[in-house]
Amino acid sequence: MTWQVDLLILALVLICAVAAINARDLLGASVIFGVYSFLMCLLWAEMGAVDVAFTEATVGAGISTVLFIAAVLRTSRRCKD
Amino acid sequence: MKRIQEKAAQRAFGDNQIIRVSARMMVPFIQLFGLYVIVHGHYSPGGGFQGGVLLGASYILLALAFDLKTSLKTFSESMNSILGTTGALIFVGTAVLCALVGGLFLDYSALEPLLPLGPIEWRSFGIFIVEVGVGLAVMSIMLSLYWDLSSGGELDEGL
Repeated sequence: MTWQVDLLILALVLICAVAAINARDLLGASVIFGVYSFLMCLLWAEMGAVDVAFTEATVGAGISTVLFIAAVLRTSRRCKD
Repeated sequence: MKRIQEKAAQRAFGDNQIIRVSARMMVPFIQLFGLYVIVHGHYSPGGGFQGGVLLGASYILLALAFDLKTSLKTFSESMNSILGTTGALIFVGTAVLCALVGGLFLDYSALEPLLPLGPIEWRSFGIFIVEVGVGLAVMSIMLSLYWDLSSGGELDEGL
């Protein structure tokens, strides 16, 4: 639609991606990754790909965040390096 | 602080009446929406994969709000594997049946001699049958992924 909305969502996606890589807390990183998935879902819906947006919202933000949290619980929460 | 750590060690942390009641109220609506997405898959956005993920997510919500034992009681593991393999069988069975009747693999219009609906109606109906199979398979795979990942493959205690 309007390129300003595209640019705003894209900037937020980039911020979330960098924050998810740099987070020291693995639980926080997985939550930020869920936010990233929701923003990608907004971006797909805004570009007109509603089917892809639906998949991103259910799988990316719904299931994979839960699976990441379940995996974090099996390891240590803080990253070591 | 010490009590919170003890509760977290016993995995009773977040054992809350509000969470349980609201999860129990949300689960039927999520399942109804998942069925809607599967059935309307060939008219609107959605389909077997997204609907299956929604159905699996409703059971994952039950397992998160209660514990893994309650989740296994409402939906047992053998039932889960039976449903998953049935979904895969529906998909492959429809495709092979098309080839056996005389058409190509996954060419639904070849199924017309079984039930006279016309080739166009059969193409629409065949997509519906295949999407039901995909939904069943995806639901059971998502649920077993969560069960195995949250309990380390032993299915005794979850998150």
